[in-house]
Formats: sequence, C-alpha cells, structure tokens
Amino acid sequence: MNQSNLSDTRITRCFAKLANQNRKAFVAFLTAGDPDFQTSKQLVSGLPAAGVDVIEIGMPFSDPMADGPSIQVSSQRALRNGMTLVKTLDLVREFRKTDDATPIVLMGYYNPIYRYGAHRFVQECAEIGVDGLIIVDLPPEEDKELCEPALTAGLHWVRLVTPSTDDDRIDAVLHNVSGFVYYISVLGVTGTRRAMADHIEVAVSRLRKYTKLPIAVGFGIKTPEHASAVAEHADGIVVGSAIVDMVKANLDEIGKPNAELVDRVHDFVRDIAKGVENA
Amino acid sequence: MSIIIATFHAVAVVPLNSNINSETDSFRSGPDETGHFGIYGGRFVAETLMPLILNVEKAYRAASNDPDFQNEFDYYAKHYIGRPSPLYHAARLSEHLGGPKIYFKRDELNHTGAHKINNTLGQILLARRMKKTRIIAETGAGQHGVATATVCALFDLPCVVYMGETDIERQAPNVFRMKLLGAEVIPVTSGTGTLKDAMNEALRDWVANVDTTFYIIGTVAGPHPYPEMVRNFQSVIGNETREQILEAENRLPDCLVACIGGGSNAMGLFHPFLDHPDIQIIGVEAAGLGIETGKHAASITGGQPGVLHGNRTYLLQTDDGQIIDAHSISAGLDYPGIGPEHSWLHESGRVSYVSVTDQEALEAFQLCCQTEGIIPALEPAHALAHVMKIAKQFDPSQILVMNMCGRGDKDVFSVAEALGTKL
Repeated sequence: MNQSNLSDTRITRCFAKLANQNRKAFVAFLTAGDPDFQTSKQLVSGLPAAGVDVIEIGMPFSDPMADGPSIQVSSQRALRNGMTLVKTLDLVREFRKTDDATPIVLMGYYNPIYRYGAHRFVQECAEIGVDGLIIVDLPPEEDKELCEPALTAGLHWVRLVTPSTDDDRIDAVLHNVSGFVYYISVLGVTGTRRAMADHIEVAVSRLRKYTKLPIAVGFGIKTPEHASAVAEHADGIVVGSAIVDMVKANLDEIGKPNAELVDRVHDFVRDIAKGVENA
Repeated sequence: MSIIIATFHAVAVVPLNSNINSETDSFRSGPDETGHFGIYGGRFVAETLMPLILNVEKAYRAASNDPDFQNEFDYYAKHYIGRPSPLYHAARLSEHLGGPKIYFKRDELNHTGAHKINNTLGQILLARRMKKTRIIAETGAGQHGVATATVCALFDLPCVVYMGETDIERQAPNVFRMKLLGAEVIPVTSGTGTLKDAMNEALRDWVANVDTTFYIIGTVAGPHPYPEMVRNFQSVIGNETREQILEAENRLPDCLVACIGGGSNAMGLFHPFLDHPDIQIIGVEAAGLGIETGKHAASITGGQPGVLHGNRTYLLQTDDGQIIDAHSISAGLDYPGIGPEHSWLHESGRVSYVSVTDQEALEAFQLCCQTEGIIPALEPAHALAHVMKIAKQFDPSQILVMNMCGRGDKDVFSVAEALGTKL
C-alpha cells in the first residue's frame, strides 16, 4: 500500500507538535448522536477547547460486542433517537465548519459501513475531513474489505493492539497501521477493568521495538490521576466510557438531557486534560 | 433411474468419512483457508480474539487428523448420546400426505432431545485437548445451553451460559435443567435481551478470559473455523443417513428437508449429499407472522448480506446496517442470521431456501403428533410444514428425508398457549 500521502495529516501534525512540546495526547471518545444529534454536536464541538487533542467519534451499532455496558447503552441512546451512519458523517461536516485542525477518528463496527458501501464510505470520509478509522471487527486478515480502500482514499488506519497480541502476530497487526497505535491495556471490553501502570510501561516499551508510531493507551481510564499515570508511559491516552457515563449521569428518567449536561461533560473532560498535562 | 444407480455406485465406493473431492466444482470443498465460502464467512472479530481463534483452528486441524480424537468422539456418540439415531419410515404420515416415502432422521432421540449435543460433544473434546478449564456458551431456546451444560457435567468443567432475559422467561424449564446440570445461567439484558445479545455477551466474556476459556458456539456461524467445525461435528447426521438409507432402500433419497435457524442440523444433514446433483435439498426458515409483516426469522428470504458475530452472511437488518430482532414461535429459530455456508449454498443455487409461518408450523406439529405419535420440537415442525406443502409434487416411489432434529417436550407450553389451551 502506498501510504506516502499519509505523512503529513492532521494526525501526524498533532502528534509531532505535542512531541515537540513534550506533551502527551488526549484522545477523547464520544458516541455520535448521544443522547441526540443537537446535544452531540455541542459536545463534540467543545472538546478541543476543553483540552482534547484527538476526537474519536463512535458510530453507533446495535451489537457492539467489543464494548462494555457504558458504550453499549450510549449507542442504544443514539440509535433510539434516530442516529444513523449518514448522520454521523453529518456530525463531522458540522464540526469541520469551525475546526479544520483537530484530528477526527471514527470508531465502530463494520456492518453499517458494509451496508453503506465501503468505497463510498471511505471517499466520503476523506472529503469531509475524517482523518482515520478504527474498525473493531476488521482484523488484518480482512484488510481488503476496508483498510486498503481507506489507505487509498488517504485515511489513517488505526488498529487495536492488545495484551493477547503475541510476537508471532505483532507484525501482521501493525502492517498498514499509520497515524498512531491504539494499545488496549486490559483484556476485555471497553470501560470495565482498570489498567495497571506497571503493565502498561512494559507493554508500551515492548511495542516500541516494533513501531515508531505514537502509542495511545486506552480502556478503563476513568480519572485525571489515572490518566496522568498512564500517560507517563505512553504518547497519549484514550478516555471513552468515563465520558459517556458523564453524559448518562445528566439525563433524566426519560433520557432528556438536563441544562448542564454539555458543561458538565466538558468540565469532566477538562479535568482529564489537566491530568494528562501533569504526566 | 439409470442416473440414480450411477449415483449409488459412485457413493458406495467412497468411504463415509472422507471428503469426496476437493475439486473446485465440489460443493463440499469450502471453506477456503481463510474461512470463506465464496464471499461469506471469514473472521470478523476484535484483535483480542484473533490469536485465540487461530489457536482453535490449529487445535481443530490437529484433532481432525488424529484418529484418537475421532475414536473418542465415536465412543461418546454411541454410548452417551445414543448414536446412530434411527432413520424411521413415517408410513402413516407418508400415506396421509399422499406423496413420497417420508423418512425421519430421528435426532430428537439423542440424549438431551436434540441434535445440539453432537456439536457440544465435539467441541468439549477439543476444549479438553486445548487444556481449557472453563466453558462458555450462548443459548436462545436453551437447547444448546442444556447440551453444553450436559457435556460440562460429564467432563467436570465449569460452565457459564449466557441467555437473553426474554428467553429466560419463556424457556423456564430449560433454565432449570441447565442449573441442575451445574451450569451458571447469566441473564443478558443488553441490547434486546435475546439470542444475538447472548452471543455478544459470550464474546465479551471470551475477550476478558482468553487464557482459560473455550467458547462452544451452538451453530454453524461465528468466526472461522466455527462454521466448518460445527458442520463437521453435525455431519454425523448426514453420514448416518446415507448409510441407513442405502441399507433400507438401496439408493439415495430424492429430497432432503431441514429447518434452519443458524442452520447446524441442516448443514449436518445436507453436507454429505451436496455433490449428488439429483438430490433436491431444501432449507426451511421461520417466517414467523409472515415475511411481509417484518416479524420473522428468515435471514435468506427476508434479509441481506452483512457482517455480525465474526462472519459475513445474510442478516436481518435495517438499511443503516443495524441488526433487527428475529421473531418466531420457535425460540430455536429465533436468530437474525444464518450460517455463512448456507448463504453461499443459497447464492450458488445448490440448496433452496423457503420459509414457513408460525401457523403452518403449528399445524404440522399437531399432524405429526396425531399420525406418528411423535411430538416434534417446533423447529422441525417448520421442516414438516414444508414437507406437507410439497408432498404432492412427489410420487410414492420417491424418497424424502426430513431431519427430526428435536423433540417437542420443551414446546408444549408455547403450543398450548398458541392453541388457546390453559394448562
């Protein structure tokens, strides 16, 4: 695959700038359309000002089998309120009207994209300013499906590396990956277990033998202190479940957002960003 | 007639357990080495699971080539499950329908009352070879859960069964059976609380416990090598049928019919016969309240290709690619997908896929009770309902084999309710 067109992108510029400043990247996850399109739009657009370096937008799916309860119910909230893949792309379009610098990575499962049409999807992503894709259920064995079309369209392909990725497999997993590597610090689904800092230190230094790409670590990071401890050993951290939990905490019993939801989520994100800053 | 004789001779010289050929013109040569049947199948799973799935495949290949593994399977199949199951000429039903000579392959007489145990036996023997110490499974109607809990009790392995909350309510006897057998039944409330969500939850358990745990998938779906492996364990059904029909009739059948949820009983019956072009093969999906109502479980008849639970196959889904809940009076057919090999057999035209409504299945259920003294499960009642529809197209010299893949004791409550009888 020709990846030369991926050497100067929003993602590479972002990580290069942070490295020059000796800072770590804060990657924040939100589910598109959670709890509804308008609120979601406000939430996403305020992330850069709250200290987020890379925005990861979840594309809701009815059967998110690699996700824990927090992101599962967040996807359900979005779908119940009419979110679709088409509207997720609209959300990105809206965001790009006012921000052309912050990298956006879409994360999700393959089926909605497959229904939409893989080539049509990657082309549209490239046009509207999506920078990369993380598709949980597309391992390297299935790279022809979407990874190769995505690279051709000029999108980064970010893959999850896990504690179960052994030496036999690591080259295959890192093949075609660019932008950054997402290391999952625990075995399991998103948001359920807490990663141990010493495990991360060992795992990240092992991974560095195989790749020069920046390494972001995620799964189970919930507090500014934890973010700080993990960021110390990596180039960036990813926080998802804890943020969507904050969305949920500000919904009433019928799922309507209260007036403070957007501010509270941004306040929480700002606290995490301070934690990352202290790393 | 000459064709039939030729077919018979061709079969007779082939050992029962071999793949008859691996030429590209065979319908039995799939999957390819990456687990695809045409465009279907594959390995669409999270990276955490990939090393594990590759290990399962490696261990399965080694086991398949080890005569000790086959011997162990055969031993328990015979002495524990009660195989071979009879191939029974349903004479009164044949006469009543006035068409072909109808045979039932009686997998409902297996220990635990359905074909499911053929597969759970094979997989638990593999899990033991892999030194796994914990078993997980998903279940819808509870038949696969019971069959898994049974072999776990037999081999003293802890067993966790994921079951949708909705299914737990409507299948209380099977929940209790699993508990009696020592399994832990975990209610699944995520998603819509049905079989697909139970499978999601089992996959989530597996990613969190990769070192110790073996996941016994209940049908010919999931990431490669599951569709192939489950098919091969279930092919005991078709292999026996071939031997038995040759013994009884001195020739192969003209038609095979089986019901399809995920499609494991059907693959098991069909696979050994796929390369006999004269044999008409029909899979029967559940049309629920009717395909046009949207309340059905007919993935091929009423769905479109997509990717779920590790494989590409026909799925019930919205235009946005969100999975839709299946509906059928038969909890065992109530799955919004189908095994990938069926999707391929459908597109290649080798197997016809049709559908039967709840109402038609209920009528077949009663007819079977009355004419044969066999209370069928609601799943094979779907197959029988289609046999009733097509019987007149055959003459009495022709032979039809239907897989009676489960017994109906578990269904008497739902049938009573559907018929308006208070128990």
